Amino acid sequence: MTLQREDISNRLAEVGYIADRDLATALWLMELLKRPLLLEGEAGVGKTEVGKALAALHRSELIRLQCYEGLDQHAALYEWNYQRQILAIKAREGAGESADAIEEHIFSERYLLERPLLAAIRRPSPPVLLIDEVDRADEEFEAFLLELLSDFQVSIPELGVVKAITIPRVVLTSNGSRELSDALRRRCLYHYVDFPEVDREAKIIATRVPNIDVALALQIARMIQAIRKEDLRKQPGVAEALDWATTLVGLDIRDLRQEPEIVHETMICLLKTHEDRSRLPREVTDRLLGKVA
Amino acid sequence: MTVALPTSAIETISGGARERLAGFARILRDNGFRIGLKETQDALAILASPAAERPMALKPALRALFSTRHSDWARFDEIFDAYWLGVGMRGARTLTSAGDRQKKMAPNRLIESAGASEAQGLAEQVRSGDDDSAETSGKGRRKEASPHEALSATDMRYIVDPDEIAAAHALAGRLARSMRARLTRRERASRKGLRLDLRRTIHRNISRGGVPVDLVFRRRKPKPLRLVILLDASGSMNLYTAFFVRFIHGVVDAFREAEAFLFHTRLAHVSASLRDRDVTRAVDRLALMAQGVGGGTRIGESLSTFNRWHAKRVIHSRTAVMIVSDGYDTGAPEELALQMRRLRRRCRRIIWLNPLIGWRDYAPLARGMQAALPYIDLFAPAHNLDSLAALEPHLARI
Repeated sequence: MTLQREDISNRLAEVGYIADRDLATALWLMELLKRPLLLEGEAGVGKTEVGKALAALHRSELIRLQCYEGLDQHAALYEWNYQRQILAIKAREGAGESADAIEEHIFSERYLLERPLLAAIRRPSPPVLLIDEVDRADEEFEAFLLELLSDFQVSIPELGVVKAITIPRVVLTSNGSRELSDALRRRCLYHYVDFPEVDREAKIIATRVPNIDVALALQIARMIQAIRKEDLRKQPGVAEALDWATTLVGLDIRDLRQEPEIVHETMICLLKTHEDRSRLPREVTDRLLGKVA
Repeated sequence: MTVALPTSAIETISGGARERLAGFARILRDNGFRIGLKETQDALAILASPAAERPMALKPALRALFSTRHSDWARFDEIFDAYWLGVGMRGARTLTSAGDRQKKMAPNRLIESAGASEAQGLAEQVRSGDDDSAETSGKGRRKEASPHEALSATDMRYIVDPDEIAAAHALAGRLARSMRARLTRRERASRKGLRLDLRRTIHRNISRGGVPVDLVFRRRKPKPLRLVILLDASGSMNLYTAFFVRFIHGVVDAFREAEAFLFHTRLAHVSASLRDRDVTRAVDRLALMAQGVGGGTRIGESLSTFNRWHAKRVIHSRTAVMIVSDGYDTGAPEELALQMRRLRRRCRRIIWLNPLIGWRDYAPLARGMQAALPYIDLFAPAHNLDSLAALEPHLARI
């Protein structure tokens, strides 16, 4: 399937993801060059959403691997179902089967637990494999991942080599908490996801929050933009903006200027640390509100 | 994985276009992009695709392909425009922004260097008046037991003999390595805390019918101390820069986790160029980088770049940040204070090494230094090797 860039942009919008042109280009390149896509950017700019939207766009399954420190191949690739194996050994011991036969039996597919990476290459139609926050995994895991991404086959000592049935579309995201290796970076296409501009953020809010009117969405987007310019420890992301918009709609607000009090109180949707909260007292939010509206 | 387009489509690209593309890849490589043959091939595939009909659609495509990190991403447009559209063509061969900014800084630099040399001249006079041994370290102190000892107490400004400079550099490297060895030993001795790893225990004991005989424990992964060094390479520091470059090379080489940055009017991440095993080559390259930029210092702005783009990645819970600078800042002190406060929140410890402390009667009066002082854990001299060695116990406590 060769989609054009404009098609991708439009279809992303259909599935509720408002992408900038550059991202659409990157997704189109993924199809053309069959390379994984590495997304970097601040927390909350919608990196994970890209993976979800890509899956929706191709109407394929999304397989997600959340990385964390200490993630090993048992959690990422495959594992034997030890409990069942032990049960099987006990049950067959009584039946007087030979040790070889038992071994043959307990190391068969029936006892294999598929983890995300193995699952991704054994699907009949290509899924989207989302490897989330790859920077949190250890360097050893990164090396292993690199091998998998280049060969798309896995060797399981007891079972033999498992070759990919289909090549998944791979999206990696990173928050930049650790420097990724050059080798991994070079394998991937790169896209830096920035906070959206006002217009696009307003569009995102209008698309994602039901029953919101366009003027309010624009006001909210402007307000968020102004808050991001303040000296905060953690800038509110798109996800927070959506939460806030939902809250305001739920409280039946039509115009931010009319309800400065509620605006200030609902800031808890955006500011997630005590420090940031104390940095935006009522006077500051009023000032920002005055500038925005 | 292979290029998706049939080779015939790629073959339709004219030789001229190929050459242009190869030239573009070469320029990107010169600018620090990591580009292999594979990437160039894929770029040909992009050229053969419909996107190539409009150059403006080509730019984001090539950017996604050739960039591997945010710094590449941010610089790509400039280089692309320079090469393909001929905007600012001359600059494309090198890092344009650095050159331009340097020119703009020129008047500033003059003032800066004049001020600095005056200060140095003054200090030298004070020094030579009542401290002969330092001045004549080259010959006069040779008769002492160990030439190393003499070297290590001598202010780096007074070492002029090339052999002695080399010896001092070697000593700095050794010092960096020995600091690391002592630090890691301490860590290993204090590591405790074991938990049972149930899954591995069961796995290991399948051969015993599931009776847990061999226990497998989970150990806490030790987090090694990470050292992040920010070296001021401005004109006012140039007497010391070469020496610190050597020291930093020793540190980056020896510590398992160390990152080095160089700053002047802007910040450059130099860990990669320091990892060269060939010491002289690495040091030369860096000394060259430092030299080319000896101008005004913008400590606040450089720290801001660090906080925004690098801090999250290079700083973890066991990180010490070491800033080597004389604190002469041409930017606003408020900016420096703000950035120091941000940095303070992130890291375990901030060490500020100031070569000027070694001078007699030095008081941290420079405005930048004043602004930064409240956020510093350790404010120490760094004018000779002894003062560097004295840092080790402070680092070990982190």
